[in-house]
Amino acid sequence: MDAVIDDPNIVPDAKAPVPGAIDLRAEFSSSGLAEVFDQLDRELVGLVPVKQRLREIGALLLVDSARKRFGLEAVSPTLHMSFTGNPGTGKTTVALRMAEILHRLGYVRKGHLVTVTRDDLVGQYIGHTAPKTKEILKKAMGGVLFIDEAYYLYRPENERDYGQEAIEILLQVMENQRDDLVVILAGYADRMERFFTANPGFRSRVAHHVDFPDYSAGELDAIGGRILETMNYRMDAGAQEAFRRYIDLRMLQPHFANGRSIRNALDRARLRQANRLFNAERPVTADDLVTLTAEDVLASRVFSGGIDSYPPLHPSN
Amino acid sequence: MRLTQGAFSFLPDLTDEQIGKQVQYCIDNGWAVNIEFTDDPHPRNTYWELWGQPMFDVRDAAGVMFELNECRKTYKGRHYIRVSAFDSTHTWESLRLSFITDRPEEEPGFALERQEVDGRSIRYTTRAYAANRPEGARY
Repeated sequence: MDAVIDDPNIVPDAKAPVPGAIDLRAEFSSSGLAEVFDQLDRELVGLVPVKQRLREIGALLLVDSARKRFGLEAVSPTLHMSFTGNPGTGKTTVALRMAEILHRLGYVRKGHLVTVTRDDLVGQYIGHTAPKTKEILKKAMGGVLFIDEAYYLYRPENERDYGQEAIEILLQVMENQRDDLVVILAGYADRMERFFTANPGFRSRVAHHVDFPDYSAGELDAIGGRILETMNYRMDAGAQEAFRRYIDLRMLQPHFANGRSIRNALDRARLRQANRLFNAERPVTADDLVTLTAEDVLASRVFSGGIDSYPPLHPSN
Repeated sequence: MRLTQGAFSFLPDLTDEQIGKQVQYCIDNGWAVNIEFTDDPHPRNTYWELWGQPMFDVRDAAGVMFELNECRKTYKGRHYIRVSAFDSTHTWESLRLSFITDRPEEEPGFALERQEVDGRSIRYTTRAYAANRPEGARY
């Protein structure tokens, strides 16, 4: 027979002896959480308040599971979260880690992350929204549902918008099946604020509001270094100097998107480097291929007072 | 008469927790779980109505239980509901597990009909008492 058969009379844990004391430190390292947090510290630059918040949530869940072992029945905590912050501050990256942390703590059973936006939840015609939303919710059960740019769900200017229907289904599942999935809403701070004001049900069901601060120039420089490292590039001394000046200038300009701007700037520097090597008309060495020079960075429009993006933005922007 | 089709049908009805565990087992094996219902209990009625679509991309039993509860809201007490798991791997391509989760309160059972043909020969056939009434009004 292709099935698991378990004896309903055997209830696991029922006969486990009540321990005298639980070493939370040992629990922390044996659950693999220490490793996840270390990795978080190593791989994510800055974001101190965010990391602090994740540690708090981790501690709460650890204490809860310890309480359970003493037979103190704890109500499973609400873990729905909202991540607010400017573009490029690492919301999606942290959400992915969050899924892993919750999985290690045994709070979600599978630990997968389903990333959706308004398009995946809201249908195009009457009666289309509910099945679509339910389909996504089913897929996310046992894991984490990450709704990017969640404020788009609510469109006050169109009263017949189907977004409201998706919101109602979401709220119902968030309330009734807290054990089955964790919902993370993400978006820019000001718009999320408006979204929560218009949907008080959401505000009360989302327990953790985590704000992602902008990066400082030093952190952005470090992020650039990590990105280059993963792409097998490096900067020579001149390029590093130029890149620091680039960051200082770019931060003051409009449409600055933190980590994402840095990634784009580096992509463009690689483009210029490739072009430079191609036009040099001499054989290239491995060293040439991995080195970005000052010239590659300094060619950016940022240094001539423009905005380094394509297509070029109108100066009045 | 209690209907005995599929796995576990000689056991007491499974609890939701047990159903959830069986479903998780199916999902972990990579089988697509379906929820089906019917009010025609004849054993040759192989193809039951499908509730929604086969759940190919659900990772956790909670998603299936959610749909099962939706199906119960509509059909519980009036129809049989079963869960089946389809294995799509090459050379299997068929159901690997199927079991009834919900059944009507009253199961009137089957009549055995004897048809006398060709002299002393007899043909046997079964007919569900429930099928005497029109579809949708049987239980």
